[in-house]
Amino acid sequence: MAKILDQPRYKCALAAMQTVQAITRALPILHCGPGCAEKLSGSVGSSGLYSPHIFPCTSISEKEVIFGGDDKLTETIENSLKIIDADLYVVLTGCTSEIVGDNVEDVVRKFKDNEKPVIYASTAGFKGNNYVGHDWILKAIFDQYLKNKKEVQKGLVNIWAGIPMHDPFWLGNLRELETLIAEIGLTPNTIYGFGRGIKNIDKIPEAEFNLLVSPWVGLESVKFLEEKFGTPYLHYPVLPVGAFETTKFLRAVGEYAGASKEKVEEVIQRKEEEYYYYIERYADVFLETRVMSKRFVVVSDASYSLAITKFLVNDIGLFPSKQYIVDDTPEEYREQISEWFKELNYGIQAEVGFSSDGHQIHQEIEAADFNGYPLILGSNWEKNLAKRTDAHYVNISYPVVERLIINSFIAGYKGGLKLIEDIYSVALTRFN
Amino acid sequence: MAINLKVSSVGTRENRLGSITGYNGDLYDLVQQSRCGSLQNRERCFSQSSTCLSGCALGQLSGIRNVAVINHAPAGCTAGAPGSIVLNQQLAAKIGVTNNTVFLGTDMNEKDTVFGATETLREIILQTYKNYKPEAIFVASSCVTGIIGEDIDSLVEELKEEIPVPIVSIHCEGFKSRIWASGFDIADHAVLQTIVKPPKEKRNQINFKNFFESERNQITEIFREFDVNVQFLYQNSTVEELEHISESLATVCICGTLGTYLGNALEQLYGVPYIRTINPLGIAGYEAWLREIGKVIHKSDKIEAYIQRERAIYLPQIEELKKDLKGLRAVIGMGPGYTYEVSRVLQELGMEVVWAAAWHYDGKYDNDAVPPALDYLEKTSPTNIKLSVADQQNFEVLNIINEYKPDIYFSRHPGTTVWAIKQGVAALYVADEYFIFGYKGTLNFAKAVLDTVRNRSFEKNLASRVKLPYTDWWYQQNNSLLLKGENLLEENGDNLLKSVGENLLERKEVV
Repeated sequence: MAKILDQPRYKCALAAMQTVQAITRALPILHCGPGCAEKLSGSVGSSGLYSPHIFPCTSISEKEVIFGGDDKLTETIENSLKIIDADLYVVLTGCTSEIVGDNVEDVVRKFKDNEKPVIYASTAGFKGNNYVGHDWILKAIFDQYLKNKKEVQKGLVNIWAGIPMHDPFWLGNLRELETLIAEIGLTPNTIYGFGRGIKNIDKIPEAEFNLLVSPWVGLESVKFLEEKFGTPYLHYPVLPVGAFETTKFLRAVGEYAGASKEKVEEVIQRKEEEYYYYIERYADVFLETRVMSKRFVVVSDASYSLAITKFLVNDIGLFPSKQYIVDDTPEEYREQISEWFKELNYGIQAEVGFSSDGHQIHQEIEAADFNGYPLILGSNWEKNLAKRTDAHYVNISYPVVERLIINSFIAGYKGGLKLIEDIYSVALTRFN
Repeated sequence: MAINLKVSSVGTRENRLGSITGYNGDLYDLVQQSRCGSLQNRERCFSQSSTCLSGCALGQLSGIRNVAVINHAPAGCTAGAPGSIVLNQQLAAKIGVTNNTVFLGTDMNEKDTVFGATETLREIILQTYKNYKPEAIFVASSCVTGIIGEDIDSLVEELKEEIPVPIVSIHCEGFKSRIWASGFDIADHAVLQTIVKPPKEKRNQINFKNFFESERNQITEIFREFDVNVQFLYQNSTVEELEHISESLATVCICGTLGTYLGNALEQLYGVPYIRTINPLGIAGYEAWLREIGKVIHKSDKIEAYIQRERAIYLPQIEELKKDLKGLRAVIGMGPGYTYEVSRVLQELGMEVVWAAAWHYDGKYDNDAVPPALDYLEKTSPTNIKLSVADQQNFEVLNIINEYKPDIYFSRHPGTTVWAIKQGVAALYVADEYFIFGYKGTLNFAKAVLDTVRNRSFEKNLASRVKLPYTDWWYQQNNSLLLKGENLLEENGDNLLKSVGENLLERKEVV
């Protein structure tokens, strides 16, 4: 049912065209209205090989609404193949084509013998948001593009984490997770960003296991890989930020993969020592910045709310206020996610609220007791709330309108230090 | 065309103005065909994603201070909200006010497409009113609500009993017009229907329709010299201010595409003269515009004095720069409100326009006349110019750039500048509607052009390292290859829309 979406923090399934865009030389072909891609694309980081202005689009008009858009789609795909130089064409449907009942599957089937693969995913905006759309697109690629089971390569791990472009640190985080996984002797395989792409999709069936670092997004697609190729998956819900969680993460992955314990412990010791070299040097800042209280709130998707709560409690020693998850997490995952917020050091538990109503969230935060200046980690929507509540505010989550993030990251040991830098760069602008 | 505020939905530009999105030819032909009414649209058999009218309509309305825009649509259609609200805050802060406008959606899902969601919409509207006490409420439809036939008009009528501020439905089905500028008209129509009141007394002010008012201070100063206040629209305007725009001395607009509906409506309905000269970009444009304003507000003496004084300051400086600009070859890709204006300015500065692409073309404005900029250009251009109506189709523009290899490309829309750079051509983003405003703007623009063509490092560095998205085959074709033959303009969209429901039923039965 419809509901109030006040301060939108997610878009629609079609916005997961960014998942295709993140795969080098994969091109979305949109069967939707002319303005969908522009509205959904966001403003930064979008002018790579293909941008929304390059995406072919049937630009559905009244004619297609009334008479159907199958012919228009056929023509658009045919010409896309001639005009745009890509290696994988992914047809994505929008609301209009789905409601009027176009036979996209039949249209796409006409291109099954094309030299470059043409596949499709159903991504009508009313069917779900871009967090679920991301999974649907991955499933479509795995289902239609990947054909046969391949021989498993020992130690090869497919890594799946934040959704491309919507998660502001998606690519930096993914690279850091790759680095960490490689350190403990495994071979990471990821499909997004520079130097990765379709050749990495080809390797997916060769992996020993899929590593999903996310509370719920991506579960459908790794389960699909298990069904199709028998590849098991490790579902690790906490994006590791800072030493405490990253160490736990490395041990868990190491154990699951059967990596050498000595090697894992050696990596952990070296990384922690380096991390604490910095923490020790800057500890006085953390302890003696007068304006920092002990309490914080995160308003973000399930992944970041959980990850940052764990980091600030288990690493830095702060206390969680009620935390907020704004990604419209499907009902079936909510209870489990709430449980994870109760697994904090010293028996500390965080209450968590799921909502798409920014007004309500802000009212609750304004009424909460932070015992000093609040620390708010959230999206651009929290900027004004922070002004009203005199809070320290760091933008870590969509929408990110007034901050440029290219490839920095918050994952891992280094990512934790980066997040502390961001927090204290705000706090230090005030003395008391 | 007569303005009728009683209809809930304003006609699309295709229907009202004979607007087109596909044409390939030249200046003389386009003007000739516009004059004798023979111009026909050419559809494309391939297109790339562009823009929809919903974004334009909602973007305009959400700039008004302390209102609520409620988009009855799936989540993605409201994705413009964060950008609009941040922009509001930045632009309000710039002039020392606050803007508490909210822009939210109804997050429609699959069930709603079957059962409808007007009851939920009702609750959301009431809750929004209760939460924020906005001074006006705009309730927008979308593609989905349009197709499933949500009756937001009746709902809004009912809610007028419960909500004591102006509330209006706006019809933003993205598929109903190829021309996103139709969204500007939708916004104007809503403001005229709900907020603007009939005049009681003349106000000593001029309506200034624009986008983001970067030169608000300068313009306020200039008009103060003529003893006239300026009412900027819509960004940063208040509902109370909008109520009185029917009492202004005149309406001017920085962009003909943006202003045609409001300007003509205020003139037709309330006798507020709409200044229809070429726009105040470049020297000829600025002077023609000022002089016409002078006539209308009876300040010709003061305006003439201003022109002479400012000319003495700026013209010698501009003349100096023209020596270096002379002969630079340019391609332009902008909306029609700017393409022909900027073409004139480039020629004024001694540059050569080798191709001018406009995203759409209004064969006439709401006063039934050919857009003045094109008319003027036909009379003053030293030669005929190749023109296309290119619907923001990047593949056509890059083909043109590849063929004509200009010294510089001028863009105006987000995401369209980088592609010229990737082909190694210098490009300048003329997004700010005041970039070339007046003498000072013309001087600054001339400097910016020279700075852009004199340091080509960025495009050289980038172009040498990136691959282009198009095939070699495409670059060998004529840029008009994917335009179909000339077709009759599409049937009246509103009639078509009515038959959508029936047709869907038939299709379902067939399935």
